[in-house]
This record gives sequence, structure tokens and C-alpha cells, in this order.
Amino acid sequence: MTESVIRVVGLGKSYVTAAGPFPALRGVSLDIKAGEFVAIMGPSGSGKSTFMNLLGCLDTPTTGEFFLAGQDVAHMDKDALASLRNRMLGFVFQGFNLLPRMSLQDNVALPLVYAGVDRAARRARARELLDKVGLGQYAESPPNRISGGQQQRVAIARALVNSPRLILADEPTGNLDSHTSEEIMRLFGAFNAEGITIVLVTHEPDIAAHAGRQVRFRDGQIVSDELTAEVAK
Amino acid sequence: MLKAMFGEAWLAMGANRLRTALTMLGMVIGVGAVVIMMAIGQGAQYAVQQTISTMGSNLFIILSGSFTASGVRSGSAGAPSLSVADADAIAELDGVINVAPTHSGTRQLVYGAQNWSSQVIGTTPAYFEARAWSIASGASFGDSDVRSSTRVALIGKTVAENLFGADDPLGRTMRIQQNPFTVIGVLGSKGQSLDGRDQDDTVIIPLSTAQRKVFGTPFLGSVRMIMVQADSADNMPRVMESTTALLRQRHRLREGVPDDFFTRNLSAAAESEAETTRTMSILLGAIASISLLVGGIGIMNIMLVSVTERTREIGIRMAIGARQRDILSQFLLEAMMISFAGCLLGLLLGLGAALGINLLTGMVIVISGGAALIAFAVAAGVGIFFGWYPARKAARLDPIEALRYQ
Repeated sequence: MTESVIRVVGLGKSYVTAAGPFPALRGVSLDIKAGEFVAIMGPSGSGKSTFMNLLGCLDTPTTGEFFLAGQDVAHMDKDALASLRNRMLGFVFQGFNLLPRMSLQDNVALPLVYAGVDRAARRARARELLDKVGLGQYAESPPNRISGGQQQRVAIARALVNSPRLILADEPTGNLDSHTSEEIMRLFGAFNAEGITIVLVTHEPDIAAHAGRQVRFRDGQIVSDELTAEVAK
Repeated sequence: MLKAMFGEAWLAMGANRLRTALTMLGMVIGVGAVVIMMAIGQGAQYAVQQTISTMGSNLFIILSGSFTASGVRSGSAGAPSLSVADADAIAELDGVINVAPTHSGTRQLVYGAQNWSSQVIGTTPAYFEARAWSIASGASFGDSDVRSSTRVALIGKTVAENLFGADDPLGRTMRIQQNPFTVIGVLGSKGQSLDGRDQDDTVIIPLSTAQRKVFGTPFLGSVRMIMVQADSADNMPRVMESTTALLRQRHRLREGVPDDFFTRNLSAAAESEAETTRTMSILLGAIASISLLVGGIGIMNIMLVSVTERTREIGIRMAIGARQRDILSQFLLEAMMISFAGCLLGLLLGLGAALGINLLTGMVIVISGGAALIAFAVAAGVGIFFGWYPARKAARLDPIEALRYQ
């Protein structure tokens, strides 16, 4: 049996609002195995962003259990979460989120700075990943010199630089045209084929179709969890 | 890690050069002002101390005063009430190291075709010690010269220049009141006194010679002034008291009869002058420190703006694994680098300006390493103090909120 990268049991998250506590997530349970490619779908306010924040160790749940690669995350403090994000996770955002003042290579290497890797090793590893996403020749350029699709490829390289167990992608194609989106999804597919677990949030069924498994959220709960082949039917 | 952080702080500073430069300017002006003010203040203190040290330390003088005979008060113009014997008696007192009875006045000096009016002081060799007056060339006169009223003189630098010009005055004969005096020494230069008098415009001759030949005093052995030097500043009040008691006893003044002499503490006047300059120097420093404070607030202001502007960046950094202390140290380091760079420039500016003031106005300035070090330490402290709040604000951002920030 394959190891679970993510195992959440009865996960709940409430926000305190002026109108009293608002439950954004109501008892979500999900199990994601190593090597899976999961698309999370659902309308705005369905709780999928809250769920992603919890998976991303950016927030802690109000109730329930969350195990990331077997580690109990639900009760960790902020620094432990930061360290976990650094070692286990890679983020890809809708808006690319590269730091504008740094070269692409330094952007890709940034997670390694916080991991305490020395400079030479950082540069070598960053260069390796830039080559892998096909942008090695732009290593010293700043982010604003390249296209959006290329920036997203750099962001993926950054997400992978720490050899994480899991990539979390939040609407990674939201700012890209359909052709570039296809390219990005093929890149995700290629890394997934190498064994990296990917969880992706998207609105678009076309994009979700690249994933092997599709999970739908509505009103803070999972309403469907199917393999892509079944969805297509 | 640290090197990477310095690199990033440098990049952040370079990202908005004008803003960084203006923030730095606040520190430059603050530190510069402190350095200049301290240089001027310490310079003033130094100048006063120099003047005081030319006067001699722990000195007081006794002036002959009014005495009352048959109800008639003589005032200070009467016959001198002090005597050389008084001076000898004072010298025996505890805590007294030098006693010099003096008789002085202004007289015309003549050498060849030149003449010059100068202050002539008749005194004893103890005077040179009390006033710490060195001999530039030649020698001083001794007690035997005083006993035998020899006609020898030591002259100040101003006298030497005006009366003798290019001639070497040593061994020459000049006239004071028609009496020939042999110049046996030239006094070391003392410059201005506290009241602005040229102390080098002086001729010093043996007391007895002065009384007999120059001033024509009718009462030999009586003097108008006695200079007393105590062994320490702490002993001054005690020595002055015992001197007063001794003189009252020697002058046979009964209880209730006023003193027929005055005592004046010369050092006290000098000390109050020194105190004034010290106060001024502290005041200058305090005013300058305010500009340093304002510079610090400028740093805080800009760092707060910077934290707000870079909220998204902070969110990204947190998402990829920066801990709170990483963010804190990043912003703190940036504030400190601005502060340090500003401080360094301010130090250079301050030193340059202080030297400029010295060159242009001739005002005495003192630049001490200690003052520069203090300014530097304060600036670093300011950087940390005013950088802390914005840095903490950055570190405490919620990564989710920060990432969502537009």
C-alpha cells in the first residue's frame, strides 16, 4: 500500500466574523497518496481556498486531524509550520509571485536560503531546475523580462527546488492564455510522472482534466471525489 | 545565510535609491550635527582649560585692604597692610606649597632707541612655581637676588619682541625708571588670561628691587598682594580659612573688627568658567541629539512604508519557509544598514565640517575618538530601536493575508 502524503480527518475551520463564527470548512476527510495528481474544484466560497491554506501549512485547523507525510500538523507552532513548508511543500500561485528585484536564479534558490544551504550549492541546484523547466538561459534576468508563462515555469522550478513531497498549485493557469496553460499543465504532468504529488485548485474543467483525480467542494464539504476517467463519462 | 541576508538588504536599499538616500540623509545630518557640536563644545572646554592651566592651579590671592585707625577707614589706597613677613608666616601653614608676595605696576621700559610700556611684577622665585611659568631661555632669579636687590629682569615674549626686536635680549641691559636692569631670561609664552590680558606683556624682577628702585615704596617689606598656592583643590577652603585666621592674628585684629585684607579665589572663577563651557557643550550635544532622533524616526517611517509595500513579498517568503525571525532580521538588518551607512557619512561630514570651521574661523575644535564612537553607537542603537517596530510588524504578518495583499 502506498504511503499517504496527506491524510485529513474531520477537518474543520471556523472564522470569527462580526456575525459570529463562520464555518468555512465542515468536517472534511481526504486521503492523498504519494504520486497522485489531484484537482480541487468548487465555486467561490466553497471552502477550497481555506482547505488549501490548511494543506499548505499556512494555517491550523479549528477541529480535526491533519497528517502531512505522517506528521501531525494540526498542533504545530508557527516556526515548525514554516520549517515544514520549507522542507515538504512547494507553492505555485496564480500570480506567479516571483520577487521582482532578484534574478530568476536567485528567485528559484530562495527557499534554499531559508533551509540554510550554502551559496554554491544553492546556485547549482537553482540552475539545475531552471534548465529542467527550459529557462536556464535566463538565469540572470529579472522576472519582468520574461513572459507570464515563463514566469510560472520559474515559479514551478522554485516550488521544486527543495525536493518537496507535495506541490500545491492555486489556480496556476488563472492568468495565462489557453495555449500557455496547456504548456504549464504538461509541465505539471511531467513532474507528476516523476513521482511528485500535486494538488491543484482550479475553476476550469479542462485544466482539472489533466489531474488523475477530481475533488469537488461545496459549502465547506466535499461533494464528490472521482477519478478523471469517471468524470469524463 | 547572513551573507545572503546582507545581499538582500543591499538589493532592497538599491530598489528605491532616492528614498534610501533621503532616509540616510536624516541620519547623516543627525550624526554630523552631533559630531560638529561635540567638536565645538569640547574645543571650547579645551580652550578654557588651556587658559586656566596658564594661570596656575589652586591659587588664591590676598590683597591689602582698608584698615581703620582712630575711626578713619583707609580704603584700599592706603599704605599696604600686608608684609613680606606675613607671606613668610603663611608659607609655614599646612597645605600651602607656594607663597609669593608681589608688587606690580605699569612702567616704561627703554632699550636703546626703543621704548615700551609694560606690566612690571616684583616678586620672589616662588611666583614662577605658583603660576607654573616656564623660562624659555636664560634663567630665573633666586632668593639671593631678592635679598640683595639685584637689578635683573625676566621678560615676556611680547616685551622681547617689541623692545628688542631681532636682538637676543639675554644679557642686554634695559632701563626701568632710569635704572639699568640686566635681562637674564625670557619667559615661556602663556597667551591670554581669562580676562583677555596679554600675559606675555610682562617683566618680572626681584621684589625688593622693585620696591626700592621701580615703585619707590616708602614702606619696605610691605606688599599689596600675596599669591598663595594650596596643594590641592580640596584643601583650598581650609587653607584660605587658616590664612585668614593667621593674618587676623598677625595684624592684631580684635573680634568684630573687619579684615584689613581681601582674599580672592582665582581658581573658583576659572572653575565656574570651565563649568559654563561644560554646560554649553552638553547643551549643544543635546540639541544635536534631537536631530539624530528625528533621523531615527525617519528610518522608522520609511521602514513602515516599506513593510506595507512589500507585504506580498513577505507572504511569499513565509510561504516558502521563512520563519518569523528570518523576516524580523531581514527588516532589522535593512534598517541597521541604512542607519550605519548614514552614520558613517555623517561622521565624515561632521569631521569635514569641524575641520572647515577650524580653518575658516580659527575656532578651537577637539575631535575625540570617544565622541565619534558614541555617535556611532547611538546611531546603531537608533537603527535597531526604530527598525524594531516595523520589522516586528513584518514578522507578525499572517502569511495568508500577506499573500492575498494586492
